[in-house]
Amino acid sequence: MNGQGERIEVNSDQDVVRVRQLVRTVAVAVKLSLVDQTKLVTAASELARNTLVYGGGGTVEVTKVDNGRKPGIRIVFADQGPGIADLDMAFTDGYTTGNGLGLGLSGARRLVDEFDIVTAPGEGTSITVTKWCR
Amino acid sequence: MALTAEEAARFADLLEVNSDALVATWTDRVATTLRGRLSHAELQRQHSELRKAFQQALAGGAQTLADESAAELRAQLSDLSSTRARQGFSVTETAVSVFAFKEAVLGVLDQSGGGDALRDYVTLSAFVDEAALFTSDSYVRVREELIADQAEQLLELSTPVVKLWEGVVAVPLVGTLDSARAQVVMERLLQTLVDTGSPYAIIDITGVPAVDTQVAQHILKTVVAARLMGADCIISGIRPQIAQTIVALGIEFGDIATKASLADALRYVLGKAGQAKRLER
Repeated sequence: MNGQGERIEVNSDQDVVRVRQLVRTVAVAVKLSLVDQTKLVTAASELARNTLVYGGGGTVEVTKVDNGRKPGIRIVFADQGPGIADLDMAFTDGYTTGNGLGLGLSGARRLVDEFDIVTAPGEGTSITVTKWCR
Repeated sequence: MALTAEEAARFADLLEVNSDALVATWTDRVATTLRGRLSHAELQRQHSELRKAFQQALAGGAQTLADESAAELRAQLSDLSSTRARQGFSVTETAVSVFAFKEAVLGVLDQSGGGDALRDYVTLSAFVDEAALFTSDSYVRVREELIADQAEQLLELSTPVVKLWEGVVAVPLVGTLDSARAQVVMERLLQTLVDTGSPYAIIDITGVPAVDTQVAQHILKTVVAARLMGADCIISGIRPQIAQTIVALGIEFGDIATKASLADALRYVLGKAGQAKRLER
């Protein structure tokens, strides 16, 4: 059972706030625990901001999913930006090409259950994360 | 289709001769739409002023609303939209005051008759439409100003710095901490530290729903700035879910003291202050 996803265009800081609010609403709806809600919202906030800052804007799609045993949430962050040339480097704690802490991407991966990234230089980046109910 | 000078003059006469009847019909028409939210007398006053402005504009040979002679009319219309916007009327309820003018004119036009009446009316109608559009535009502008003002007020309101104890100030953060707010928080905190001469500051994040790297970075910068000024900073209000998220993200607060609640932070600070006093003796 895959529900219809909700889509948000991310083009400003306000949109990142909207993504957070949407993710929180859906997380409450699928009855994620408070800790998992907070982790997922934080991961979404990091990745949505990456989409905005490094991807030059893009879309975020939030979908309720179910693997037959438990429900969960899947979020897809997609942008048409410059892409990531060196993934190993990008996943190193403390490495950043901007002026952040360099923990967003690697930290977000630790905050979710499944993390999938498709990227190539010049071809944009698409990140799919999933969090399952315990 | 712009008014010709001749038509404008004819209408100016018409508005002058039938002024009372016109204002009465106009006011009745608008009063029904607004359903008593503005008094009849108030509407009548606004409409007679507007009628006068229309009359003067047309008498001055205004062919479009942008003309020099329509300056007074434009000022009146801006006034009308800004009052209505501030009183909470919708854009329709504001524009109707101008549109209803056409109906009122039609009423007095019928009585005076005339072969070119229809043609005249259509050209006047275009002029009034222009006025209505202008009104809507100024309405939107005023509402945007209102929203911007409120956003600014909210920013001020949502970042208080309070004195908690002698020598201890606290910043209770509530809601989203974006760059603009972080900047305000930092400025306020540093200024309050100077003003009160406090050696301790507590930043309470109980009301911050999610602490991501950006929020953490803003808080860390504020702490470093406060330290540079010689104040000790404590972060309080770290709830269990926030603590777990911060650990997973890999954010390190280093040697900055953190506490679960504001009460704990205050107790900690008072203890430290006590120690410092004992050492001085």
